Amino acid sequence: MSGPRRAAPGGRARVLLGLLLALLMLLPFVVNPYLLSVLTLILYLAYVGQAWNVMMGFAGQLSLGHSLYVGLGAYVSAALFVHYGVPPALGFLAAILVALVFGAAIGFLAFRFGVSGVYFALLTIAFAEFTRIGFDHFDWVGGSGGFFLKVAQRDYNDLVNLRGSPEMFYYLLLAMTAGCFLLCHRLMQSRIGFYWLAIREDQEAAQAVGIDVFRYKMLAVMLSAALASLAGVFTAFFNNNLFPFQIFGIEKSIEIILGPIIGGLGTLFGPILGAFVLTVLAEGLRGTMEALGVVLPGVKQVFYGICLLFVIMFLPHGIWPSLRRRLGLDSDGRR
Amino acid sequence: MALLEVRGLSKSFRGLKAVQDVSFDVTEGEILALIGPNGAGKTTCFNLIAGVFAPDRGSVRLAGTDITGLRPDQVCRAGIGRTFQIVKPFQQLSVEENVIVGALNRLHDVGAARERAREILEMLGLAAKRALPAASLTLPERKCLEVARAMATGPKLLLLDEVMAGLRPTETDHMVGVFRRLNEETGLTILLIEHVMRAVMALAGRIVVLHHGETIAEGGPGEVVRDPAVLECYLGEEAL
Ligand SMILES: Nc1ncnc2c1ncn2[C@@H]1O[C@H](COP(=O)(O)OP(=O)(O)OP(=O)(O)O)[C@@H](O)[C@H]1O
Ligand SMILES: [Mg+2]
Repeated sequence: MSGPRRAAPGGRARVLLGLLLALLMLLPFVVNPYLLSVLTLILYLAYVGQAWNVMMGFAGQLSLGHSLYVGLGAYVSAALFVHYGVPPALGFLAAILVALVFGAAIGFLAFRFGVSGVYFALLTIAFAEFTRIGFDHFDWVGGSGGFFLKVAQRDYNDLVNLRGSPEMFYYLLLAMTAGCFLLCHRLMQSRIGFYWLAIREDQEAAQAVGIDVFRYKMLAVMLSAALASLAGVFTAFFNNNLFPFQIFGIEKSIEIILGPIIGGLGTLFGPILGAFVLTVLAEGLRGTMEALGVVLPGVKQVFYGICLLFVIMFLPHGIWPSLRRRLGLDSDGRR
Repeated sequence: MALLEVRGLSKSFRGLKAVQDVSFDVTEGEILALIGPNGAGKTTCFNLIAGVFAPDRGSVRLAGTDITGLRPDQVCRAGIGRTFQIVKPFQQLSVEENVIVGALNRLHDVGAARERAREILEMLGLAAKRALPAASLTLPERKCLEVARAMATGPKLLLLDEVMAGLRPTETDHMVGVFRRLNEETGLTILLIEHVMRAVMALAGRIVVLHHGETIAEGGPGEVVRDPAVLECYLGEEAL
């Protein structure tokens, strides 16, 4: 972060990150379509995990309903596209706006009226569930029957309308993930980041050193919501179909938070590492089961549970903090 | 005009009168000690001044401005830094980061805040521990960190709640030296709650004694420790 003593590990981290980015940029040239889809899934989970981490890992506010913002982003951008022909390159702004409104509403309700801890988490679930039920009956976007985008040409890439090849989606997501990482990195080196950590550690003490706790918690929720909504825009145009029970479901919220928890809450690299570990293991398991011809519904959920249990028992701070120490990157704080 | 004017402050907790009609002034540049037996209402007084609770009655003015009922962060920005009797470090942050958070109250740039934090840690003798997580400190070190963090907010008035409790006599003397120097060199005004009479006698220009939420004596250290009411309820015969 500063000072000559810290320059070495910071510099090494930068080099390693650069190498990783280069690798991720080259991979689409060598991998098969299946592996590309796995990589896309990893980046997707890394991105939403990072978005969620802003709220929980940095500011200490547990959201168990983050699928809300993803779903809103998806529906808003898709509806604008289907009904009014607004391209997602513009529609994403509306998606952010709607997510901000919902984030602000939840934050305001909770933080003004002193709802915190478990009750705050329950409130976030409640909002996501209400919204899911609302969308089940929202016929303008297909209700519970689903909302579909026309699957159009795949012969040339159109970033404005988000129509194109899997490679285009992969690179878009890579750019989003890298951007989100950089943004978080910058924030954590600024006053805002220090204030979030202080609030996470001890709210009363934070107030006593002059931090307007309400304001900074609102900022965390709204930023986290806005970032998550962009993942929704991506999902809508990548999958071309939206179902309320899928996109707003609690399973989706859980999936969002597993990566950062397993990778390392409140760290910058944890969500990325967690997404990688989880996805690779889950896909490996799926592949093995397929090869053995075993069919067990729900095995993925059980597997996630086991991963979580393992991490909580043996690496309570997640994988990244201990890995970081081994790599000699440690004197640089919460990288 | 006094820097801090406390007038008729009262606060009850479910019928228990924790603080009753307490009034005192803290003059700019002075060190005032608030003493009294356990449960006398000293910490509650601090909490009322610092905005943790709004008082049932009474007012608090800082440099002539009414700050009664402001939130703790507003009180801090107005110029009052405080420590907690039951320490509240930011556990997972390093010692230096704890103090940086305090310094960011006045300095919005992290680099400048880091500089300031290092100076303060140096002054308080905590510089060697600056890279360690706050959770790894001993209790006396945590008390010291409380002071560093509060000082970093750049207060006009510093409220210290039993920061010498648990220190060895040599450590107490060191802290006394630090506060005395701060007070003399920077003119920092200090209001301290303290049971360690050695520190109170060495630092305080004036003492206010609370008992059952009420002021029972006020004056110079010499007078107060000979006051019969104070001797009876707090200091006891053998205290000095
Ligand atoms: N938040 C609170 N809720 C209920 N009662 C409280 C609260 N804070 C303090 N009290 C009560 O008010 C009275 C005064 O407490 P206070 O902490 O101000 O005493 P003190 O003078 O600081 O004592 P000590 O020397 O032990 O720190 C005590 O009876 C205490 O139990
Ligand atoms: Mg007390």
